[in-house]
Amino acid sequence: MSRARARIGWTLAGLAVVVYTLFPLVWILMLSLKVDAVTPGFLPHDWTLGNYATVFDSGFFLSALRNSIGVSLIATLLSVALATAAAYAVARLRFIGKRLVLWTALVIVMFPTISLIPPLFDMWRVIGLYDTWAGLIIPYMSFTLPLSIWTLAAFFREIPWEMEQAAQVDGATPWQAFRRVIVPLASPGIFTATILTFFFAWNDFVFGISLTASDAARPAPAALAFFTGESFFEQPAAQIAAASIVVTIPVVVLVLLFQRRIVAGLTSGAVKG
Amino acid sequence: MACIELDRLVKRYADGSVAVDDVTLEIADGELMILVGPSGCGKSTLLRMIVGLEDITSGEVRIDGERVNDKPPHERDLAMVFQNYALYPHLNVYENIAFPLRLRKTPEHEVRTAVQRAAEMLELAEHLPRRPAQLSGGQRQRVAMGRAIVRDAKAFLFDEPLSNLDARLRAQMRAEIARMQRRLGATTVYVTHDQTEAMTLGDRVAVLRAGVLQQYATPRELYEQPANLFVAGFIGAPTMNFAPAHIEDGELRLPFARTPLPPGIDAANMHGRQVVAGIRPTSFEEAQFVDAGKQRCGATFTAEVDLVEWLGSDQYAYIPYALPHTRRAELDALAAWLDRETLQPQLIVSLDPARRVAEGATMRLWVDGSQIHLFDPKTGKPLTNGAAGKSS
Repeated sequence: MSRARARIGWTLAGLAVVVYTLFPLVWILMLSLKVDAVTPGFLPHDWTLGNYATVFDSGFFLSALRNSIGVSLIATLLSVALATAAAYAVARLRFIGKRLVLWTALVIVMFPTISLIPPLFDMWRVIGLYDTWAGLIIPYMSFTLPLSIWTLAAFFREIPWEMEQAAQVDGATPWQAFRRVIVPLASPGIFTATILTFFFAWNDFVFGISLTASDAARPAPAALAFFTGESFFEQPAAQIAAASIVVTIPVVVLVLLFQRRIVAGLTSGAVKG
Repeated sequence: MACIELDRLVKRYADGSVAVDDVTLEIADGELMILVGPSGCGKSTLLRMIVGLEDITSGEVRIDGERVNDKPPHERDLAMVFQNYALYPHLNVYENIAFPLRLRKTPEHEVRTAVQRAAEMLELAEHLPRRPAQLSGGQRQRVAMGRAIVRDAKAFLFDEPLSNLDARLRAQMRAEIARMQRRLGATTVYVTHDQTEAMTLGDRVAVLRAGVLQQYATPRELYEQPANLFVAGFIGAPTMNFAPAHIEDGELRLPFARTPLPPGIDAANMHGRQVVAGIRPTSFEEAQFVDAGKQRCGATFTAEVDLVEWLGSDQYAYIPYALPHTRRAELDALAAWLDRETLQPQLIVSLDPARRVAEGATMRLWVDGSQIHLFDPKTGKPLTNGAAGKSS
């Protein structure tokens, strides 16, 4: 009896959480399907996909989407590649100042983002990085690297030393041992780092709106703020909602795709036990 | 295949501790050499120095006469089986065995034949598609061996490969390793702490203690002519009995009996000397079964049996003997020699397993004086010069 009751209790609690978190999303989805965004009501009176068509017809949003995809992908690839190498060094090598490197990296994450915007803005204008992809990729990398290094270093430490030693005795150079044994074994960690980095870059608004000025580099979240709709006199709420939905989709797809990879413990069975 | 020479090898850590101290050995082509010693004696370190996973402080490792000190492991062309197997968990059995070949960019069809051959030899053919996590301990062990034999390495190195297996499997794998090594004629260095493995597998055995080589000889020589007290106590199961003794009037005075001196001892020179007597459990017999002629070269004594271990094919009796308090110090000194905590004044005696021996019973025992080893208590060196232990 009590077990059944506990199950009902858990289900209700779970439902409450799901409703609470999903409600804003569903609301935006509904809004994006309305013809008239001003009329109150949860469900649209008249359903339409017109808002999506409007969004995709404006070259403005398409270029923003291109910027977002390009900047996020490049930042993620560079950041994860660098983090993997750095984390391996942190986990395996002994060098002076290792702790200093690790803790400095952590301090960077704690730094309030907004306090870096004015100096970066000035610097980027002088060097010519203002309103370019590189101008966004660099800050994204510096903010995501520390967390990736910490995550990956923990993964590398879990991999028994014998793995590399066995590979080296089998005839692998240190680089081959790293690439063919260590990286595959750390792949759950690498996936985690990749996804976290991508999300950071993809969802960023502050850098995106402050360090760009035009379609050349402005990413989608920042572009949404400049969205005006079909005419100047119209409230573009429905179109903004449609654009938001479009921007959210890649994130959801990524999580669904890689969720298993992130969780999988590949290292089991490496050694006895 | 190749011969391996170790020339005055030393491993000293940054904190000054010495793991391997001036070890010189040579392993002939095709020979199976065993490195044996108690845990922490530096045998694994020595093996890792040969394979290149551990830096060499001083001395030289030569493979086929070529100095390899500064070569990284992948250039030394040796194959190693690790204690915990170190299989690659992300690869299946086939790819695990094929891994060394893949690194050498071997053509696919050659890889296939080589892996198949190794798998057949080790009875792994049906497990090839499985992952290491799905295998039993013995199967993982065989995969690790397959990975070692799949290429023509110059030598095989084994680091306590059987210590993670249960007793039955250990005996089976021990025989398999011996058979495989003979078949391949491979130069092999095998590290173990188990003296049974050392005795049964090795062409030659190197006994290590605290990083220092004690003796390097065939198993038979180790057993019959131990180079010192430590080797005598380490080799043989159950272990050799040790008792403080002295020589007087041409006799060996043991705490429990007086025997004639073993052959090779000059009675005149040794008069009054303190010695350590080492007696194998098999050097005892029940007095009633020893004929009168043989009895003369030993001594009989009465003993009370404290404990009996009956194993079916063997039977061991534990027999305490009286030792004056004044001589306990000699026993403690002996324990230090043997790296044991304490040494009890007792004998372990091998008896005919067919006999029913009750605990607490009193027996007449005979000890064969000609089989007794004598050691110098100060240097630990043998006085009998090996003449005693030889089977007559």
